[in-house]
Amino acid sequence: MDIVVMARALFGTSLGFHIIYATIGVGLPVMIIIAEVLHFIKKDPDYALMAKRWTKGFAILLAVSIASGTIVGVMISLLFPDFMEIVGQVIALPFQMEIFAFLIEAVFMSIYLYAADRLPPTLRLVSIISVALGATASAILITDVHAWMNTPAGFNITPNGEITDVDTWAAFFNPSFGVTALHVTLSAYMTVAFLIASIAALRLMRSKISKAERAYHKKALTIALYFGALMSLATAVNGHETAQMLHEYNPRKLAAAEGLFETQRYAPLSVGGYTSLEDQRVKYAVEIPYGLSFLAGDRLDTEVMGLNEWPEELWPPLYVHILFNVMVGIGTVLIMISFLALFWKHVLKKEFPSWLLATLVVSGPLAMLAIETGWCFSCIGRQPWTINEVLRTDEAATKSNSVGFLFYLFMTLYITLLFVTGFVMRYYFKRNPVRKDLEAREV
Amino acid sequence: MEASTLAITILWSLLFVYSILGSLDFGAGFWGMIYGKNEEKSASQIANRFLSPTWEVTNVFLVIFVVSVVTFFPFATTLLSNVLLVPVGLGVLLLTIRTTFMVFQHHADRYKDLLRLTSGFTGLIIPALLVSILPITLGGFVSFESGYPRLQYGELLTHPTLYMHILFGLSTELFISAIFLMDYAKEAEDWNAYDTFRKHSLWLGPVSIAIAMLTISTFPEEASWIVDNIQEHWVAFGLSLLCFIIGYAFLFIKKKDGRRGLARAAVIMVGLQYAIAIYAYGAAHLPYLIYPDITIEDGFTNPDTFYQMLIVYAVGFGILIPAFYLFWRLFLKDRRYLKQE
Repeated sequence: MDIVVMARALFGTSLGFHIIYATIGVGLPVMIIIAEVLHFIKKDPDYALMAKRWTKGFAILLAVSIASGTIVGVMISLLFPDFMEIVGQVIALPFQMEIFAFLIEAVFMSIYLYAADRLPPTLRLVSIISVALGATASAILITDVHAWMNTPAGFNITPNGEITDVDTWAAFFNPSFGVTALHVTLSAYMTVAFLIASIAALRLMRSKISKAERAYHKKALTIALYFGALMSLATAVNGHETAQMLHEYNPRKLAAAEGLFETQRYAPLSVGGYTSLEDQRVKYAVEIPYGLSFLAGDRLDTEVMGLNEWPEELWPPLYVHILFNVMVGIGTVLIMISFLALFWKHVLKKEFPSWLLATLVVSGPLAMLAIETGWCFSCIGRQPWTINEVLRTDEAATKSNSVGFLFYLFMTLYITLLFVTGFVMRYYFKRNPVRKDLEAREV
Repeated sequence: MEASTLAITILWSLLFVYSILGSLDFGAGFWGMIYGKNEEKSASQIANRFLSPTWEVTNVFLVIFVVSVVTFFPFATTLLSNVLLVPVGLGVLLLTIRTTFMVFQHHADRYKDLLRLTSGFTGLIIPALLVSILPITLGGFVSFESGYPRLQYGELLTHPTLYMHILFGLSTELFISAIFLMDYAKEAEDWNAYDTFRKHSLWLGPVSIAIAMLTISTFPEEASWIVDNIQEHWVAFGLSLLCFIIGYAFLFIKKKDGRRGLARAAVIMVGLQYAIAIYAYGAAHLPYLIYPDITIEDGFTNPDTFYQMLIVYAVGFGILIPAFYLFWRLFLKDRRYLKQE
């Protein structure tokens, strides 16, 4: 196969693999902080146990997160050297700052993991807060580079490819940095909240469960639902801003996301369906009249650019419409699930029926799917560019013909690791069930 | 000082830090594996006690090094990436297996042995792969086909210098980790482990020096430039050797309690030995990143960006100093951690 395709496939799968663990790495420390703080306030030992158990899970996943992050960091230089040549001149700062954020996370994670019992409570809280800050800061900083690829700024490029007039801070604060960084952070928090909700709901569905266990899982579910509801709502509001940012700075991507071919005012929003090249429209979609114009500029008569403004070889693949819809669709469903569950709990004041618990069980995996499709949409939607309208992907990629062999090797690694991590998590938590921890506390 | 010289000096400093931390990390993993099963168990415990909290930090230093190479010398990326794709790619692949299995062994008791053996052995191969980058930079192993650089695998894999470099890397890794863990065992007052690691330091020290000298004699013909430069820096290399001899001698000094070895002093001298040797080797390597294709001046980013990166480094490490201090207190000094059962 073509070397460029293989390089993209290798980097794409590496990122797709890493993002699972990285998302958890960003969100889980925040959940641990919430549990620690609740324990501090309410003095309820269940919250301390929650923090402890989540930390154990975090320690297992963190190993994969750090290792795969190292792969991604090294791989981007190996596979896209001409891209890194420009990055090194223009947008090196967030890359370097990210390492320090990562270092803060690593140092305090070790402290929190291996020295928690030797630390006073405040210093323990400081440690886990530092872990969360480090993790979130690294996510924000690395997203900055991604944002800059979508909306490059802070330099000029001569026709022969030479970079001049570098303004590192203009590059750092490129137009999409704020919204994109917020989007990544909020959606990571949201995803972990729903993953926790999934696990708690799964446990509550079991019939053989003691009263103490039930109480424990209910508390975990409540935290997850509140945080998840808040974060999914915030992600949606921020998603709206992201769409407006695309409208202004990256209209081609928006046009591809919505399957819009002709530039128009009063543009409709197509929900679902697939983009048909022959028919120049989205087939089998539900159309919301004026929806897209309103989304793009808060006015029904906003003019939205269509794909035909650009030559076809500069279009991203048309299936990005589906990726975009899956992401937005799941986001919407998650808001509904979490608010419905909270309504059930606080207004109806009833136990969750089993269909609602079953829905909650799938919420976590759904959220992770939204993360994956979101990243795929953002990266594939930028094609054929690596740096939007500056550097094409086929120019950026390596010319080495060893990429194919590495691709198969890494694929094997990722599939194996997914299984092994799942296995170790199951093994560990099966041998150390909540019941055991709760009983140990009674004695 | 030229900005590019400053940049390469920082890079060599990071390389020094990583080569020490990496040696401790992979070495401790190896010793943990070797002594994991038999009666000399405390040596394994000491190694693991050091490894558990430190591997993440060590791993970050590897990333710092890679990112620094790319951001300080972006114009070298194309050449470096094309040539190093396979060795570095395999390196991170093995590193992933090693890291995950090392952590997993503490969470799945039943599979502990399998996980420990896998992580121990991969930990031995990774430094071998990483150190194989060194001979590639010396010249003679890179050719250009229609304008694109290619690594000559045939030449490299059949050249004795590759294998001497690998032996050099392994013996150094094991020596540095053994002598350090000896000191760490002393801090924990675990005399059984102390004797084990002292014993290994005693034979590994001279072996690593002998291999280092032999390695230079196997340099490829194209590398005569660096051999000349090394001879020019003979004072520094001599000083490094002197540090080794003093440090090695410290291992034999008898103390009041009848034990042999001034562990801390020996570790410091060996640290100095490698610091001097690495900087002297770095100086001899100038001005080339990869001979004869690219010099540091060719690869260097624009000075303005570089100075901003320097500020990031200064602020970053500044913020981290208290964190490192706390880290050191908790894991390298605190008796409660060192002496736990």
